Amino acid sequence: MKVIYQTDLEKAAFFLQKLISKKFKDADTWILNYKLKFKSSTAHKDLYMAFGLAGRAAGKELLMPDEQEMRMAGELRKGFSINGWTTDRALRVLLLLIFPHTDFEYYKNSINTLFSSADLNELVALYSALPLLPNPEEFTDRAAEGVRSNIGDVFDAVVFNNPYPADYLDEGAWNQMVLKTLFVGKRLDKIIGLDKRANPRLSRMLSDLAHERWAASREVSPELWRAVGPYIDKEIIKDLERVFKDSDPVQQKAAALACSACSLPKAKELLNERKDLLRAIENNELNWENLMKPGSVLS
Amino acid sequence: MLIDPHVHMISRTTDDYQAMKDAGVVAIIEPAFWLGQPRTEVGTFKDYFSTLIGWERFRASQFGIKHYCTIGLNSKEANQEKLADQVMEILPLFIMKEGVVGVGEIGYDDQTAAEDKYFRLQLDLAREANLPVQIHTPHRDKKRGTSRSMDACMDQGLDPDWVLIDHNNEETVKEVLERGFWAAFTIYPNTKMGNERMVEIVKEYGSERIMVNSAADWGVSDPLAVYKTACLMKERGIPESDIRKVVYQNALSFFSKSGQMKEEDWLNAQPIDQSQKFSGSTILRGGQTPRIDSSIIIK
Repeated sequence: MKVIYQTDLEKAAFFLQKLISKKFKDADTWILNYKLKFKSSTAHKDLYMAFGLAGRAAGKELLMPDEQEMRMAGELRKGFSINGWTTDRALRVLLLLIFPHTDFEYYKNSINTLFSSADLNELVALYSALPLLPNPEEFTDRAAEGVRSNIGDVFDAVVFNNPYPADYLDEGAWNQMVLKTLFVGKRLDKIIGLDKRANPRLSRMLSDLAHERWAASREVSPELWRAVGPYIDKEIIKDLERVFKDSDPVQQKAAALACSACSLPKAKELLNERKDLLRAIENNELNWENLMKPGSVLS
Repeated sequence: MLIDPHVHMISRTTDDYQAMKDAGVVAIIEPAFWLGQPRTEVGTFKDYFSTLIGWERFRASQFGIKHYCTIGLNSKEANQEKLADQVMEILPLFIMKEGVVGVGEIGYDDQTAAEDKYFRLQLDLAREANLPVQIHTPHRDKKRGTSRSMDACMDQGLDPDWVLIDHNNEETVKEVLERGFWAAFTIYPNTKMGNERMVEIVKEYGSERIMVNSAADWGVSDPLAVYKTACLMKERGIPESDIRKVVYQNALSFFSKSGQMKEEDWLNAQPIDQSQKFSGSTILRGGQTPRIDSSIIIK
């Protein structure tokens, strides 16, 4: 079986090891020891042990990468980020990178066992590793399972600052992920590939969610319209008309941004009625990135 | 501040967590036990252990309570030898996890040969892993069963200072303390120990190596037992320093031998993280006033 790689595993492991060594002084010896153990026929047992012990060995201090290190992470794998990672999380991810995968069934079974017996921090590490693992398509069910988690940190590890879902989740799982993020009141802006993965079915689902919340007199997140924008149709445009009339200027801006992403004549028409917002969008003074930040957009 | 060193939260409701928090419980230890009826598959053991280190830990954290556990094969289920062998195989996967503060609750129920076999195997496991042991003493033939439990520990080369003998009563406590073991008392309606009897025991034996727990589970039991016993001790004139040992410090001193439990865990804990709440299936539905019915003192 031909192995598909998302990154150069050796380089990625080396990169993490350097970061880990800053917080865990015996890291090099500790890691080397397991590299040797992983060559045996009972390597899976050593992996389980190492994975459990990583927390005690490395501690939970934040890695605090500098700008260059952050950039290097993105160069190793597009969209890969170590922002907010603790040392034990990085060490656990590293273990998965150095564990031999030549017998891929063995590799996959070992990782699945880790998933099914993991504690909270271990789950966070496992989901963080998804964008680096070999044969990424073998782990899509695991990612969908992570999205179903009701444990906040675990959900966040799959959904936020993680390029894996956009690259590998099928449309159904992807749409559930976006919906659930809004449903639990979290922000969409840390989802990687949100614009790229917009689709007509998701637009309909989000429009339905907005109607449900309006009916219950609940607030609708302005970000909801971001994923709707490119697929606004003759029905959904009525929602946008309503959002333009919202008394909250952030909602109006969201409506303008959504309309600017769509080619429907009616959308252009609505946007032309708000020349101030149209100009701000054209000058890039108003965009989805700064929409939710107070004070950063002209009011 | 209170610690309940033996409580099966998996079978309790969020009302109990709320009431425990309000009563001053900062940390709890959930020993692995049976589920009221025998399991038939090793997979259900695995999922149960995963729940103890995963979902239950998260659930407790939502109420500001630190959750630890002990992992082991209980005596009742040790009698199904084929299954017991399989469980023994997965135990090493769990006992080294973070927040696992010991091997437990293990020991005798009917005092059969099979129980003796798996009890001793787990004592060996605890010794090798350098973990404290939490021992369940039998309901029937209790006095002899308790002595026998301690004999087994000595046979397997354990240091009594690393072993907690649980569910003591007036008949067993003397020998346990004299032999250098730790003694826990379970406050239960009808069986085991009552609050008032517990006060008498502390008056007679002092506060060294003695602790109180609720062992609350799916049966008639009281998750506020530790709190109520503390109140009664105060009412009956037991010095504050002794009360603190019995309902807090001794449990901490004993289980912190594992290296997995520190006072800082709750003293420096983050405030309850509201972002972890999930509106769909949240466990905190907010605003309820907890019921603390302090008039129910078990005689």
